[in-house]
Amino acid sequence: MQSVIKDRRIVEDRWQHVADDAELPAGPVIVSLARWRKEQAVLRERGEWVGVRLPNTTNIADLAADLPTLALVALEFPKFADGRAYSQARLLRERHGYQGEIRAVGDVLRDQLFFMARSGFDAFELRADRSLEDALEAFNDFSESYQPAADQPLPLYRRRSGA
Amino acid sequence: MYQYDYYDQTLVDERVAQYRGQVQRYLAGELSDDEFRPLRLMNGLYLQRHAPMLRVAIPYGLLSSRQLRTLAHIARRYDKGFGHFTTRQNIQYNWPKLEETPDILAELAQVQMHAIQTSGNCIRNVTADHLAGVAPDEIEDPRIYCEIIRQWSTFHPEFSYLPRKFKIAVTGAAYDRAAAQVHDIGLNLVRAETGQIGFRVLVGGGLGRTPLIGRVIREFLPERDLLTYLEAILRVYNQQGRRDNLYKARIKILVKALGTEKFRTQVEAEWEQIRNSGLALDQAEIERVRRYFSPPPYETNAVDDLSFEQWLKADKAFADWIKQNIAPHKIAGYRNVFVALKEPHVPPGDISADQMDAVADIADHYSFGMVRSTHHQNLLLTDVRQADLYPLWHTLKSQKLAAPVIGTLADMICCPGLDFCSLANASSISVADQINEKFDRLDYLYDLGDLRLNLSGCMNACGHHHVGHIGILGVDKKGEEWYQISLGGSSENDVSLGDILGPSVPKTEVANTLERILRVYVEYRENDERFLDTFRRIGLEPFRVRAYAPGSHEAKQEEQRHAVGY
Ligand code: SF4
Repeated sequence: MQSVIKDRRIVEDRWQHVADDAELPAGPVIVSLARWRKEQAVLRERGEWVGVRLPNTTNIADLAADLPTLALVALEFPKFADGRAYSQARLLRERHGYQGEIRAVGDVLRDQLFFMARSGFDAFELRADRSLEDALEAFNDFSESYQPAADQPLPLYRRRSGA
Repeated sequence: MYQYDYYDQTLVDERVAQYRGQVQRYLAGELSDDEFRPLRLMNGLYLQRHAPMLRVAIPYGLLSSRQLRTLAHIARRYDKGFGHFTTRQNIQYNWPKLEETPDILAELAQVQMHAIQTSGNCIRNVTADHLAGVAPDEIEDPRIYCEIIRQWSTFHPEFSYLPRKFKIAVTGAAYDRAAAQVHDIGLNLVRAETGQIGFRVLVGGGLGRTPLIGRVIREFLPERDLLTYLEAILRVYNQQGRRDNLYKARIKILVKALGTEKFRTQVEAEWEQIRNSGLALDQAEIERVRRYFSPPPYETNAVDDLSFEQWLKADKAFADWIKQNIAPHKIAGYRNVFVALKEPHVPPGDISADQMDAVADIADHYSFGMVRSTHHQNLLLTDVRQADLYPLWHTLKSQKLAAPVIGTLADMICCPGLDFCSLANASSISVADQINEKFDRLDYLYDLGDLRLNLSGCMNACGHHHVGHIGILGVDKKGEEWYQISLGGSSENDVSLGDILGPSVPKTEVANTLERILRVYVEYRENDERFLDTFRRIGLEPFRVRAYAPGSHEAKQEEQRHAVGY
């Protein structure tokens, strides 16, 4: 079983990514948005947790009605420099109040983890060639942040002494 | 100026530590070139033609004398004793060593400076009118809002991997001295009839390959809504801006593709959702930041000084300098003094470490210890008493910082070009030299009057050639340097993009062509009409016909093109 970072710890991954044409295995599965759309009824009835993997072009609002049944949303980084999923994650958390797991998948590297965590990601599938232990340090890159985001509703100035 | 508290300092220190680790991992081979690139760029580090280049942020162009001394020290210790001021009010060092850049950032952090987001596809250093706080035509001090924007945009988790770089400029006066209309977002402070302060919001301006003037998407945005509105614009851009083509990735292309109306509708819809979030600005925070920009203790009797008038009459060279290098001040008896970084044979914007130290001393002596960098690549001392102008002029002269050419042809904007930049087609600096040599007579420069000459070494337009009254662009023709000339641009209130004159000219002909163009101007101008106004009145044609050397290949090309009706 693969390891992932979840809530700033290294854990064994219970989830399995399932290709569109593959049989559904037992246990929690992550399927593509297309498959979710097509086989929703089947997936719901299995009594197992379901996660959906979204391309970074998906409009989160289109998925709003499905969110309560999804235990996980995986957001893709086709390249680490493609930052669209940061907006998706914030919208999931801040606009739609999504409480499930938001997982970063794809070209996920240590140097972006701090920003991802602030945007609402709580799980990270690191690129296979990278050390998870090293990556954990990234969460401590900064001890404060100026602007509100998914992890902090208030700007820094409200915490400044005398403010 | 803004002073860091514990939090601001901690963030900058943590950034230095983070970057130091990234450099170590890069040097150890743990980070690939591609992975390291955006990380170093977000810390201002380019890997250039000859050596790395480090761009240090000067938030909205404001420097204390202490900070300037640190910049001088860095130039001496880590570079070859020089720094280069850019059109975005920052400073660049052209010869640092990659391994030493973390130490440079650590030295900067000690004086509340950094290189955060001076490059990369993120929100860049916010720029402002260099006369902020001292301009007679000011509505409100833009620096307050610049600092608020600086904090919001620093390490923004959602907007650090945008499709492309993102530049914001804020103006607070009736006159636009910050080229706000050619920024990704331009903010003009305005006062409503009710007395309420707010912003006119322009989006989608920019130069480069596709020069465009920003479109107004909101006539009045109350100040409390500043950050929520910016966040809405950036969110629309982050999700929809193109990422498949580097040259189509700026927000201007998105605004153009969607149309201003549709873009506005999307921004407003997004804004509706977040306008009352925790990001809405607190009046108390605006006031907290405002206190850092309160005026220095001006003397009320500064205007009573009589010596200034006497020196004006007695010393012609001083009077020339005053006429060119001084901007009016809102307080009677005070002036704003340009420190010209436009000495002949020195690249525009360049300054030596010794000169930086000298300017820091001068600032301590004459202008409350404050210095500013300007969009036109000069420095500025605000708040100088008129009685001090004469001794100040002597000191500046002794430092070769008093070239009396501000606002003239010799006050060129010029990018580093082939000498330093790996993208360049042209050696902009040597062309600047050639022009300076041709136009070295002050009386001729003064006769030509207000003239903005902007020079870029390639299509990226760092030298803002599109908005120069005269713009010069380096182009590559089969490995040779050629220069395309455009006329009639402006980046101020009367914003316009220049018209291309015709075929480009070889390097040796640049100054000669300019001379012929300017002869046409002198012939046609009415009264004391500026070059730009004459051009706008008579159009390109009279210039085109006479710009090229008679009998030259370009002149023939032009004739033929004209004969067949283009
Ligand atoms: S305009 Fe071109 S040559 Fe000049 S600095 Fe910019 S990228 Fe380099």
